[in-house]
Amino acid sequence: MNIDKVVSEAEAAISQARDEAGLDEVRVRYLGKKGELTALLKSLGNLAAEARPAAGAAINSAKQQVKSLLALRKASLGAEQLATIVDQEAVDVTLPGRRPALGGLHPITQALARAEEIFVGAGYEIVAGLEVEDDYHNFEALNIPEHHPARAMHDTFYFRDGMLLRTHTSPAQVHVMENQQPPIRVICPGRVYRRDNDLTHTPMFHQIEGLVIDRGISFADLKGTVTEFVQRFFEKDLELRFRPSYFPFTEPSAEVDVQCVHCLGSGCRVCSHNGWLEIMGCGLVHPNALEMSGIDSEEFSGFAFGMGGDRLAMLLYEVDDLRLFFENDLRFLRQFN
Amino acid sequence: MKFSEAWLREWVDPDVDRATLLEQLTMAGLEVESVESVGGDCSGVVVGKVIQASKHPDAEKLSVCQVFDGKDTFQVVCGAPNVREGLVSAFARVGAVLPGDFEIKKAKLRGVESQGMLCSAAELNLGEDADGILEFEDELGDKLGSDLTTALALDDVTIDLDLTPNRGDCLSVRGLAREIGVLNDVAVNHQATAPTEATIESTFEVELEDPAGCPRYLGRVIEGIDIRARTPFWLTERLRRCGLRSIDPVVDVTNYVMLELGQPMHAFDLDQLDTKIVVRTADAGEKITLLDGQEIALDESTLLITDAGGPVAIAGVMGGERSGVQDDTQDVFLECAYFAPLSIAGTARRFGLHTDASHRYERGVDFDLQVQAMDRATELLLSVVGGQPGPVIESVEASHLPPVRRVSLRQRRLDELLGVAIETAEVDQLLDRLGFTLVDRSEVEGDGVVWTIEAPSHRFDIAIEADLVEEVCRIYGYNRIPSRTPVTGLALRPIALERSEHNDLKRQLAANGFQEVITYSFVDPKLQDLLDPGVEPLALANPMSSEQSVMRTNLLPGLVDGLRSNINRQQVGVRLFELGLCFLPGEKLEQALLLGGLMWGRRALESLHAADDSVDFFDLKGEVERLLEWCGHKSVTYEVTDDSVLHPGQRAAIHADGVEIGRLGRLHPEIEQRLELGAAGTFVFEIGGDAALTRPLRAFSEISKFPSVRRDFAFVVQESVSARQVEECLRGALGDALVEFRLFDLYRGKGIDSNEKSIAVGLTFQDPSATLTEREISQFVEKAVTALERDLNARLR
Repeated sequence: MNIDKVVSEAEAAISQARDEAGLDEVRVRYLGKKGELTALLKSLGNLAAEARPAAGAAINSAKQQVKSLLALRKASLGAEQLATIVDQEAVDVTLPGRRPALGGLHPITQALARAEEIFVGAGYEIVAGLEVEDDYHNFEALNIPEHHPARAMHDTFYFRDGMLLRTHTSPAQVHVMENQQPPIRVICPGRVYRRDNDLTHTPMFHQIEGLVIDRGISFADLKGTVTEFVQRFFEKDLELRFRPSYFPFTEPSAEVDVQCVHCLGSGCRVCSHNGWLEIMGCGLVHPNALEMSGIDSEEFSGFAFGMGGDRLAMLLYEVDDLRLFFENDLRFLRQFN
Repeated sequence: MKFSEAWLREWVDPDVDRATLLEQLTMAGLEVESVESVGGDCSGVVVGKVIQASKHPDAEKLSVCQVFDGKDTFQVVCGAPNVREGLVSAFARVGAVLPGDFEIKKAKLRGVESQGMLCSAAELNLGEDADGILEFEDELGDKLGSDLTTALALDDVTIDLDLTPNRGDCLSVRGLAREIGVLNDVAVNHQATAPTEATIESTFEVELEDPAGCPRYLGRVIEGIDIRARTPFWLTERLRRCGLRSIDPVVDVTNYVMLELGQPMHAFDLDQLDTKIVVRTADAGEKITLLDGQEIALDESTLLITDAGGPVAIAGVMGGERSGVQDDTQDVFLECAYFAPLSIAGTARRFGLHTDASHRYERGVDFDLQVQAMDRATELLLSVVGGQPGPVIESVEASHLPPVRRVSLRQRRLDELLGVAIETAEVDQLLDRLGFTLVDRSEVEGDGVVWTIEAPSHRFDIAIEADLVEEVCRIYGYNRIPSRTPVTGLALRPIALERSEHNDLKRQLAANGFQEVITYSFVDPKLQDLLDPGVEPLALANPMSSEQSVMRTNLLPGLVDGLRSNINRQQVGVRLFELGLCFLPGEKLEQALLLGGLMWGRRALESLHAADDSVDFFDLKGEVERLLEWCGHKSVTYEVTDDSVLHPGQRAAIHADGVEIGRLGRLHPEIEQRLELGAAGTFVFEIGGDAALTRPLRAFSEISKFPSVRRDFAFVVQESVSARQVEECLRGALGDALVEFRLFDLYRGKGIDSNEKSIAVGLTFQDPSATLTEREISQFVEKAVTALERDLNARLR
């Protein structure tokens, strides 16, 4: 019996095995109980005693050789098989995914949230307030008595019982002042209403107002706060200018212009080519407004500012038509998701 | 407030160019709204004089004129009815270019040569008048041949200011001049008009019955005026540059004085006034027909000018028709009064009569201005219409005039409020520039310098220290005040443990595929009634349109409206939500925060992976369950409801811990049809804001170290048995050992009676302290089966 021949036959059989079952057949054929190499080992007894050790060693070595060939082949068969499976499992990765629809927040909500976060980070509290208000909180307590010409600037929606839809978020501040002693640091975001409907006005819109009352609060504090807010909100080192203005509940009052966020002051469509955007009204809280809500105007002073939430959103996202915000067109809303 | 720059510069002429002047106005709080050229954008047009005018031989309406331009004479054919010998007018020579690039050429009109054209105001953009040529008369007689642009100072602009209500003092050229003077620290060139002596003795009696409303009333009779006289061009041109049209010489003069000095005036036809003027409030039921012809029913808060025959004017607002100056008026009675702002404010708005006079009176007119204005008006009027003036009669109740207030400004307070220490010398100077009279200046311990001033009568708005702080700040310059951030205690913000922020809730819904919408709080009453029948919503007294006239009582109108407009925009899958106040009428209005959601159309985006089916009740319910799990509601149940806007077979009230917190379901198909929402179904939910924002603090409970075991089985029950009954039955029977309940299959059909259904459940058991034995598990299953058989008449499949 030629051992080498058996081994080379085994080797050929192993390499020809196509799968694990075929390989196992080869194993049984050579190494099984009735396998060829096992048979050779059994036939050792027929040899002369002195020839046995050498023959035995040769057979055992052949067995080892076949075993390792089997193991090698098994490993490579596994890899081949996996490769086949992997091949079969391949997909066109450029096909679209199985995607649940994404929702999103309204751009005004997002703009207000950004503003809120900036103020909350500095220790301001958020106050919501109600939208149907009485004349006292919307006007009187803000130093706007009946017949005050400033009422003409607030074209108001009324109800038959004399209640009204708040024309600004300031009544929320009045409620805070009535119920809390300084220090006060609040912002009041929310919906407000005025009878105005054209290209640049909707009868419902949003404001975000801030109020700070403490000892020693000054116009300089107001300027710093407003300037810093605008720069943080737009993440740009914008220049601001403060112009004297008039709101019955603040004195001195100011209108704030900001360098156009779009063209940075060089003039563009957004700023009507004058480089500045009117962005908010503000001022030191009028002593009458403090006193009416039970705050000592000698001991405390404060500032208030108010801006349009819709305006902030328009400038932040470069929306050019206010009315889009309330048409709730998904093609518009989804742009901000 | 519109005014002409040239007019202003006549009063005060600081050495600043136009752009700087405009910038100064805006930065002083007098916001420049617009700047427009005053017109006359032409070249080659000069002042010319008609030295001869004769009829055109062949044309009835044409004249052949000889026009002298100071050097040469030109023959011009002119069609204007007012052309006549001696007239000084605008003469466009051949080669001149009129607005609109209209070049004047030599022409022949009906056979007569014309070397140029005499121009009307309209042709030169100097007004609307196209009926006749301009008449400069003698005013420009010495400027023949000079270019019109120079002669009329057309290098002028009309500046429109958007004035805040506190700046009534700037509603005149005089007031603006004062302001510009203060800003530039230059003097205003103004000399009050000298009084015109009376030449006759006629007067007309005036009685102040309501001295609080009208503390001062000046009257003057002027007899024998020529109402047909023409207002001179310079005057009408000034009015035009301030946005006013010429009416008649008397009105033109009173308007001029109002623009110049800020004092509204009114002229009555003396012959139409009966007995005497009484200034009083209206009696109930009184009526007046105004100059513009409309009849107004007055109320008792309206201040009136009356005579023995009744109202002749609404004080400070508009004159009446009966007593107005007519084209045959000979004698006039001039009124120049101070009406208290409070008695005028509101009147104009109540009657929808916003006039130049009411605009000024409600903001406040200088209460010391009337004599000056009367003198100025008399002088102008006499120069235009002639006549004989009587003496000025002044009725005054000094006690009702605004008091001259003394106001103090403390240096300490000024510095504190502005956040900067302004040199006291600069404050001295600023107060002086502002025209305040310094009554006292002293050092007070703790307050530093204390200035006590009296404000001039035109600054009737100065009443308290804060007013002075503002004035000083304004003139000092807002932009010179430093910027700093407030110094404050580092108090830490409280954050509620058991409540979500609105935006947390919104982000959760967005993550679940819902798009936030913001819809109007006022809705169409018809839609509202359809979506909340039987509830009388809070109605606006003055809505802008009937579609936005009642306050929403729930969020459905807005959501449905949003859906409809998106269906119109070809959307195929819509998921919307809104968080907002709704207004629930009742004895006391409740402003309730609600969260509403809507699902409609495709369940998934169109894709090769997903079926094309539409959302159904269980998509909706799944979303609600997911949301309420996020909220942390432990025991949520879905109860029977008779909510009529929802589909009777697909609706439920949502309860948390036994309390109703909302509802969900498909809109009633009848409503879907009415609103044309399609047949696939519109699914909505509404949850009270409080319930949706509640977020109980999560608490840890031990996780069992021992394996759990699940047993599945199916059983048949009557169709009427609900899933909830099955779950309650099993939970009741198994107690804490049952750690998870799954109803994973529902089968009707072959092998099951038609009034029955098969339910498959998966029960997971676990013990926190031991591994369950086979025996224990079998006992649980047995208990379960027994309970189902006993309570629900179920039988195992």
